[in-house]
Amino acid sequence: MRFLVRRVVFYVVTAWAAVTINFFIPRMIPGDPVQALINRYQGQLDSHAIQALYVLFGLDKKVSLWDQYWQYWGQLFRGDLGISFSYFPTPVSQVLRSSLPWTVGLVGVATIISVVGGSLVGVYLGWRRGTKADAIVPITTFFSSVPYFWLGIIAIAAFAVTWKVLPTGGGYDGNLLPSWSGAYVGSVLQHALLPGLTIVLSSIAGWILGMRNMMVTVTSEDYVTVAQAKGLSERRVMFGYAARNAILPQVSGFALSLGFVVSGTLVMEMVFSYPGIGFRLFQAIGGKDYPLMQGIFLVITLSVLVANILADVVYVLLDPRTRQEA
Amino acid sequence: MSNVPVDTALEVTPAAAPIVVRAGAKPRRRFVFVRNGKSVTGLAILGVFVVLAVVGPWIAPYDPSKVGVGTLLAHPSAQHLLGTDHIGRDVFSQLLVGTRGVMVVGVLAAVIATLLAIAVGVTAGFLGGAGDEVLSAVSNIFLVIPALPLIILVAAAVRSTSNLTIALVLAGTGWAWGARLLRAQTLSLRRRDFVEAARASGERTWRIVWFETLPNLTAIIASSFISTMTFAVLSQTTLAFIGVANVNDWSWGTVLYWAQGNQALARGAWWWFVPAGVLIAVLGMALSLVNFGIDEFVNPRLRLAGLKPREMRKRGIRPRIGFTATVRDLPRRPEATR
Amino acid sequence: MSIADDLDRYAPDAVRARAARRPVLEIKGLAVDYGYGDTRVHALRGVDLTLHEGEVLGLAGESGCGKSTLVYAATRLLAPPGLIASGEVLYHPVAGDPVDILRQSDDELRASRWEDTALVFQGAMNSLNPVYRVGRQLTDTIAAHRPSSTKAEREERARELLTMVGISPERIRSFPHQLSGGMRQRVMIAMALALEPRVLIMDEPTTALDVVMQRQILEQIMELRDRLGFAVVFITHDVSLLIEIADRIAIMYAGEIVEDAAADDVYRRPRHPYSEGLLHSFPPLHGPRRELGGIPGSPPDMGHLPAGCPFADRCGFVFDACRSIHPTLVRPAVPGDDASRLVACLRHDRAALAEAGMPAVEVPGALAVR
Repeated sequence: MRFLVRRVVFYVVTAWAAVTINFFIPRMIPGDPVQALINRYQGQLDSHAIQALYVLFGLDKKVSLWDQYWQYWGQLFRGDLGISFSYFPTPVSQVLRSSLPWTVGLVGVATIISVVGGSLVGVYLGWRRGTKADAIVPITTFFSSVPYFWLGIIAIAAFAVTWKVLPTGGGYDGNLLPSWSGAYVGSVLQHALLPGLTIVLSSIAGWILGMRNMMVTVTSEDYVTVAQAKGLSERRVMFGYAARNAILPQVSGFALSLGFVVSGTLVMEMVFSYPGIGFRLFQAIGGKDYPLMQGIFLVITLSVLVANILADVVYVLLDPRTRQEA
Repeated sequence: MSNVPVDTALEVTPAAAPIVVRAGAKPRRRFVFVRNGKSVTGLAILGVFVVLAVVGPWIAPYDPSKVGVGTLLAHPSAQHLLGTDHIGRDVFSQLLVGTRGVMVVGVLAAVIATLLAIAVGVTAGFLGGAGDEVLSAVSNIFLVIPALPLIILVAAAVRSTSNLTIALVLAGTGWAWGARLLRAQTLSLRRRDFVEAARASGERTWRIVWFETLPNLTAIIASSFISTMTFAVLSQTTLAFIGVANVNDWSWGTVLYWAQGNQALARGAWWWFVPAGVLIAVLGMALSLVNFGIDEFVNPRLRLAGLKPREMRKRGIRPRIGFTATVRDLPRRPEATR
Repeated sequence: MSIADDLDRYAPDAVRARAARRPVLEIKGLAVDYGYGDTRVHALRGVDLTLHEGEVLGLAGESGCGKSTLVYAATRLLAPPGLIASGEVLYHPVAGDPVDILRQSDDELRASRWEDTALVFQGAMNSLNPVYRVGRQLTDTIAAHRPSSTKAEREERARELLTMVGISPERIRSFPHQLSGGMRQRVMIAMALALEPRVLIMDEPTTALDVVMQRQILEQIMELRDRLGFAVVFITHDVSLLIEIADRIAIMYAGEIVEDAAADDVYRRPRHPYSEGLLHSFPPLHGPRRELGGIPGSPPDMGHLPAGCPFADRCGFVFDACRSIHPTLVRPAVPGDDASRLVACLRHDRAALAEAGMPAVEVPGALAVR
């Protein structure tokens, strides 16, 4: 279990680092951070917002930076992330709570489809190297080179504007009230289809290429040749011996790449006006809503860490060497 | 902001770099990886973009910010190669002028991030022990923390969002992947005989790093430079698109920002949002091609020896593990071997 | 020289036919290239070799001489960019006609693998799948070839196999990383014997192990062979080891067999200058001491082989014909030699010299020990 202990320590340190970065970034700017923000936004902030900033930064009372830091932790543990300006006077935590499920649903499901599908295609491509299947590689390269959001724009232009088969954006039909009714759930699924497909299409390329290269590397290991020498069936060698080992770096790669992927999908939500965290971030940028940006940064980082922990558990289940008792 | 780093093969096979350059080898040999066909194609396209970045503003037919040089939302024509936007500005000129911003941010961020990556990665690989643990943990933290929200947070807090600031912020968030790769490779190099020999003969550490280690890291350094540049270009475009960067500094993302904000989609103004994306994709492909070439150089298992795939299929040769290829109509007796 | 004699020289198969011994594996004119394009390297250049039932055949030579390439190509396990360019590999079943392994379909090959010929690979470290338990890797082989067996039977067989190679049957639940190097190699041997193959190919099976472990494993292999009667192809660069365990030794150089003779003959009466050199590059384990010497120079670059004999540059007995004529396997020109032994050296090949219009030469004393 040493492996898991090390990882847990790492995540605790990472979470601490994220919170600390979050605390220090606005304070690193010389002078009064609130004044700096006010100057930056050139009088676009109203008095409520300014007061909220002072409270958020702990500057309403004269205290040392160290005390501010402890206060900040105290606030976090109470779930207090400050007040959002753009949704004034809604607390940031409430804005996040209402949008997080949308993101987890869309990005989570799309990422799982993308990872599983991409890995399977990559296994096949790596195994059938030197055949016509290689032609897929340049296509995937193209898709991994375009920004997610542009693919989203093109998808909207094609399927929502030109052919009008799917809605251009939003999370559900505005005429419906959120409920568990068939119409509402259907509308949610219909609205999630295009952004979901676009996320899959743009992120799958990386998983395909990564898995293909790993397959190519692993198939030249001796144990794969031994498996062939033993006369095992093609399927068995391909999945049980080659892919089963090639998936290991793919899982750790997943953990490390998740930050990149999530960043890309956040922008996708902006393009599709999807009511998740990414769209809120977009609105926060437009509304100069600094507390909301900070809250979003924290919640995304923590979600990525949770996903990382899950990936680690999967890794431990897949690789017996990590289970060795020291 | 999209690329999943695809060169995982690099990190899991630290022993895969077979070509070890000895100190004093001809410098020409250090860059053999650029002779690969894929790398050459990629570098050629990159060269075109560099030229455009330099001369773009001079050869642009119009001032990109000048309102009303054409009719509003004009289709592409001889006067306006890529049409005009909602207030009659020339899109072609905007893209030409914007190339400089994209390339400056991309190259600058990549240079700074690569220097950081070398410093952290090579140091960690050489130090070992607690120093290595700390530096690795720091790079992993930067890898795990989602870059875009962090960049937005920083960009929103600093006073100006000039190209330089954006490049610095991108370098500060994008160096970790390269550091990770370089650390792994340095570790494996450190255990090789020629480095051990240099150590044993009492060579100074900085000499070992400079003359024995760095020359053998060129391929990985180049690869991480290219990856970071991809990351920086996509991030810069994304930041411009979502309006974090200064929207009056032209770049490809800025064009898309104006297009998205002014209903280019609903109005069917494809010339406004398609070309910018194509440019990003072409630049991204060029960078990927260079990296594929380097990957194949570093990890020979990814190479197919000698023949182009199509030619091999024609000859009926399929390179497979466990079923050695035989030439079609395998002759029973060798004719000319003796 | 009579015509019959002549025929004899150029028909090695006829020469080798040993009345009492049946061949199990017959390699004929096997040529292997590395690479597919114009820059390919000829790694094997028409190799003929026959393995007889129950025989221990040693394959020796410096690294890079093609000994591993030979067995992997013969089993079609050679990894890309290996390419079999010509030849045939005949497997002689207990009953029925010989089959050519190089021309078998994938399914036929898959079915016959491990049943007829099993292998023990060079590095036991990497031969086992790190994520599967040892037991699973033993039983999946049996399951693939004996689909009607039950799970319990396969487990039982796996335990039996482990016991046979001296490993506690509880180890069936272990992962490869929990075993020592020697244990892993034993597991590989157990695995190779799972289906009781007629041919066991061992590619430097003990190189990575310490000396004590080497000895134990070798003794085990030899004891198992006596019990189960399979034929062995044993690859090593350690000729002294082969002299102890092999019945017959084939010496390889630059992708060709240069000498093929009974182990004792190779040891006491080497006929090829290269074999002679190899024998002097290590101390004998038993018997009288002799002078140690190496072979000067290094193995040739397979991409740029000279026109004549590939060993010419390093050979102490070189003469002008060696630079232009490529020697083939013939009977040594030493009266009284075993009729089945072969050597590829122009010092022994008067016919080749005569054909090229060159004068005959003497066989040097060192190559004509009796």
